[in-house]
Amino acid sequence: MISIEGLRKVFKLNNNDITAVDDLTLTIPEGEIFGVIGYSGAGKSTFVRLLNRLEEPSSGRIVIDNQEITALNSKQLRLARQGIGMIFQHFNLLWSRTVEANIAFPLEIAGVPKEERARRVQELIDLVGLSGREKAYPSQLSGGQKQRVGIARALANNPKVLLCDEATSALDPETTNAILNLLVDINQKLGLTIILITHEMHVIRKICNQVAVMEQGRIVEQGNVLDVFTHPVQSVTKKFVQQIMGTNEEEDDITNLIDNYKDGTLLKLQFIGEATNQTLISEIAKRFDIHLNILQGKITQTQAGGYGTLFVQVMGEQEEIDRAVSFIQEQTSVEVEVIRDVN
Amino acid sequence: MLTELFPNIKYDDLVEAVYETFYMTIISIIGTCIIGLLLGLLLYLTTKDGIWQNKYINFIVAAFVNIFRAIPFIILILLLFPFTNFLIGTIRGPNAALPALIIGSAPFYGRLVEIALKEVDKGVVEAAKAMGAKTRTIIFRVLIPESMPALVSGLTVTSIALIGYTAMAGAIGAGGLGSYAYYFGFQRRDFDVVFLCTIIIVIIVFIFQFIGDFITNKLDKR
Repeated sequence: MISIEGLRKVFKLNNNDITAVDDLTLTIPEGEIFGVIGYSGAGKSTFVRLLNRLEEPSSGRIVIDNQEITALNSKQLRLARQGIGMIFQHFNLLWSRTVEANIAFPLEIAGVPKEERARRVQELIDLVGLSGREKAYPSQLSGGQKQRVGIARALANNPKVLLCDEATSALDPETTNAILNLLVDINQKLGLTIILITHEMHVIRKICNQVAVMEQGRIVEQGNVLDVFTHPVQSVTKKFVQQIMGTNEEEDDITNLIDNYKDGTLLKLQFIGEATNQTLISEIAKRFDIHLNILQGKITQTQAGGYGTLFVQVMGEQEEIDRAVSFIQEQTSVEVEVIRDVN
Repeated sequence: MLTELFPNIKYDDLVEAVYETFYMTIISIIGTCIIGLLLGLLLYLTTKDGIWQNKYINFIVAAFVNIFRAIPFIILILLLFPFTNFLIGTIRGPNAALPALIIGSAPFYGRLVEIALKEVDKGVVEAAKAMGAKTRTIIFRVLIPESMPALVSGLTVTSIALIGYTAMAGAIGAGGLGSYAYYFGFQRRDFDVVFLCTIIIVIIVFIFQFIGDFITNKLDKR
């Protein structure tokens, strides 16, 4: 769907060359919600603006939907852009136009006839949940509503790709969730490929299937969101994962747990993906003659299922406990680790 | 009562003068608006990192604007006498004042237009580009509508300066209230004429300011 080869952008600033995007190669399959995460200055915003050539690439190739974007002349590029929606951190609505006129704008640009335009605008307003606010001006809307107008506007010409440049960064957490749900909804209903730039890991966690971590203009880590979550390699990625999992505290917690709970075996259960859907705890409690005490844990949901760890204290006969542990190891997809055996 | 207060006024002449002032002001506002918009757009579009970035055109337009803004209006009229004579066929009367009025105020309005356009959110222009808009669409559907309140209030300021210019032009033979006040008032030492003309000009200025403010407020949805 989208393939990027050797993409590079160099800014010249007072005779200094600043490489914002450095030799970036990437393939994004159709219908994907692809997240790009990085701290400010990592080049992620430049990257997304290169995709529709709001910034001209210094070198490299971009192909979107079998069309080589980097080879188009300015007229062809204008037409191609009509098939690539984009939403922005600060919404970028025209204050002089009402909600419906804002949404109609890309249709005017594409030369859609008037009646057709009105019909499509109404459709989009219903899709993003703004019915009743058609005649309002942007200044009369909340941030979340403004971004809904932005999304409706971006979808007006039935694009194949939606670029989101920090689309939720100016919104409060609750509104962010609502907007993210809308994006997932659109992705499923319309089969749209979404590329989402953010510095917030929970945004990635909530809606992305694939994630790329950017640092200094390069992608330093990339893959399935769950894989990146469970096995972060680079230190940047680890920091981002900590944003939502707080892994740093875990080390201290384990020693605390060992000190505080002197009895029984302590187990660390790691749930990845579908494992969280299994009724693991109640199942072992029924199958084996043991008692379970949940000490600490955190499970969080991602697009590919849940992910998290649980610390449990197991009391009972040593033999029975061993059988339970091997059952978890062999019969389920939950990873188990014995932190401390019964002495 | 009016005849007691202003004994030397000939009302036919006064009405004629008011008409000429309005005529000169309104025609030159239209001319100033068109030329000023063109100059302002050129300045904005050809500037560094602008849509039509072009150092040379920007330099030439900026030089033109700066030179004509620097020349005092009364001197500009005199300098333009040959040009006016060629264009209108005379250097007397309201029509003869128009070239100088427009050339005198269009560069001023051009700068105000440039400032107004610079105030338009860059992100909105970028969004329009991302939608695949042509430059023409960006100018007429984004830049001008989004800067409309500033364009109108700029035009209000320019119009009021223009009313002053018409009076000045009147004093050297263009007609209108300035002419009436100078020839029939000042030169005959009939100061009631000067006084009444002043009052009428002030009222006209107030009316223009009121209309300008009203339209600006109506347009501004921010």
